Amino acid sequence: MVKIVTLLPAQHLPRFKTCTCYQFYSYLASSKILICIFSLKCSGGLELLCDSVKIHSINVDLPAEEKKLTMKHLLAWVRSNLIKERPEMFMKGDTVRPGVLVLVNDCDWELSGQLDTTLEDKDVIVFISTLHGG
Amino acid sequence: MDSNGGRVDELLTELQSLKDSKLDIEARISVLEAQLQQIQSNQKPSSDCSSEFGHDLTPDMIYRYSRQLLLPSFGVQGQSNLLKSSILVIGAGGLGSPALLYLAACGVGRLGMVDHDVVELNNLHRQIIHGEAYIGRSKVESAAAACRSINSTIEIMEHREALRTSNALEIVSKYDIVVDATDNAPSRYMISDCCVLLGKPLVSGAALGLEGQLAVYNYNGGPCYRCLFPTPPPTTACQRCSDSGVLGVVPGVIGCLQALEAIKVASLVGEPLSGRMLLFDALSARIRIVKIRGRSSQCEACGENATLTREEFQHFDYEKFTQSPLSAAPLKLKLLTTDSRISSKEYDEVVKNGEAHILIDVRPSHHYKIVSLPKSTNIPLANLEDRLPEISSELKSKGIYVVCRRGNDSQRAVQLLHKKGFTSAKDIVGGLESWAHDVDQRFPTY
Ligand SMILES: [Zn+2]
Repeated sequence: MVKIVTLLPAQHLPRFKTCTCYQFYSYLASSKILICIFSLKCSGGLELLCDSVKIHSINVDLPAEEKKLTMKHLLAWVRSNLIKERPEMFMKGDTVRPGVLVLVNDCDWELSGQLDTTLEDKDVIVFISTLHGG
Repeated sequence: MDSNGGRVDELLTELQSLKDSKLDIEARISVLEAQLQQIQSNQKPSSDCSSEFGHDLTPDMIYRYSRQLLLPSFGVQGQSNLLKSSILVIGAGGLGSPALLYLAACGVGRLGMVDHDVVELNNLHRQIIHGEAYIGRSKVESAAAACRSINSTIEIMEHREALRTSNALEIVSKYDIVVDATDNAPSRYMISDCCVLLGKPLVSGAALGLEGQLAVYNYNGGPCYRCLFPTPPPTTACQRCSDSGVLGVVPGVIGCLQALEAIKVASLVGEPLSGRMLLFDALSARIRIVKIRGRSSQCEACGENATLTREEFQHFDYEKFTQSPLSAAPLKLKLLTTDSRISSKEYDEVVKNGEAHILIDVRPSHHYKIVSLPKSTNIPLANLEDRLPEISSELKSKGIYVVCRRGNDSQRAVQLLHKKGFTSAKDIVGGLESWAHDVDQRFPTY
């Protein structure tokens, strides 16, 4: 289940084209067009919340008064733009619900400041819903 | 016809009794073999062995484990550590099956298993340690026999009971390492807390659908399960294999990896998956390993000011904490009054009397494709509200009955229909499972 959200600072928007999963990886490979792009992968059932769409290609505007995009902005944006049903399955208050691990560049967001984690070009964001089955 | 039927019954009875005695004999054989092995190995002057070869492996052990001894990074020391270790596998299901088989085969000195379940036909696609002959019998009995048949030289401990706060400390304290191969949230919190209290490393695996997760907790100052998940998830986010499905090989992969991590911890070889988590996505053939937080100083179980004691643990209500049951028994909701419900037998009468009605099956469409009642209309619960306009004229003129798999979603659907003005809507108590049980025994269950 790969879902990609592209997040670009507003000034870069005109240069942005929608990107598919494959394009995303080739962007990574070629590196010169990388304006870039956050990838958002969901697993552990979270994909059901995003209308079962596997690949999202979306632009996010940086809030006008802000200089840097933080996880807090990203989550607010995901909530209002990406989650189609039952937002409580993804979020609680302004953060993710219990049982969701947030990884920024394959690293637990606890290690980078949780909601205050600032996001930069080429960062990869992954949401994992903990599994209990066996 | 009658005499044929009688003969078939006779044969079936005799076959069953022969199969039962075969199992008993096999179980007895493996117990006796293990006892014999024990006596023989005690009789051998073990000091001679160690002086002869410079280590404590017997000639039989050297031959059996030779391929592991040949590994430079594992070798005699790794094998010797493994033979002295004890590992407890909690759950002899999809994860526990391969984990137990590999742990028995590789020469863990003492291997324990806990489970209170019995083997069912719909377990066999993934719980590969069990065979058809053990259907209806204890999973631990079945798993222990399989492990003994692979390796009669190790000690195998059977715990045919559910792990509870009342027995967990006693059982877990007998082992060095714990493998969590359970299938529900409360067990995971309970096992993690128990391991923290007793200072045992915990190899935790989970699998559902086409995905799996793996981590080693409470190892060498690393985080525990509660450090990572201090608050339990909402119950709606805890899917079960019996509802969401699982491809058999997926827990198989994770169970094998659990055995591997347990072997590494036990043999003091390699770098266990502590402070990291492995994520397996079967569909895209991707494995990611991500870095997770360290031990949390605020953790209620293992943090600096943690107050968890053995006494508290024994009285902690994990089912209440996680709002979900320790056992895999499906939920039985009661949302409707009895006059809004009918039994499957009563519905059978409705059909036989030719009463005009519409039967709405509110299961997801992939369930409906497995099996459905004739003349039912499939409108999944999630789409019911949106699709009401297209069927409302039909609904107004006829009786409305709603069915699902077990009778929970059908109640939710009837509540919705009542709210939308279709007050005559009724649901079928117990769903298709009760239809199969009470009306048509040939109707498949899943
Ligand atoms: Zn902890």
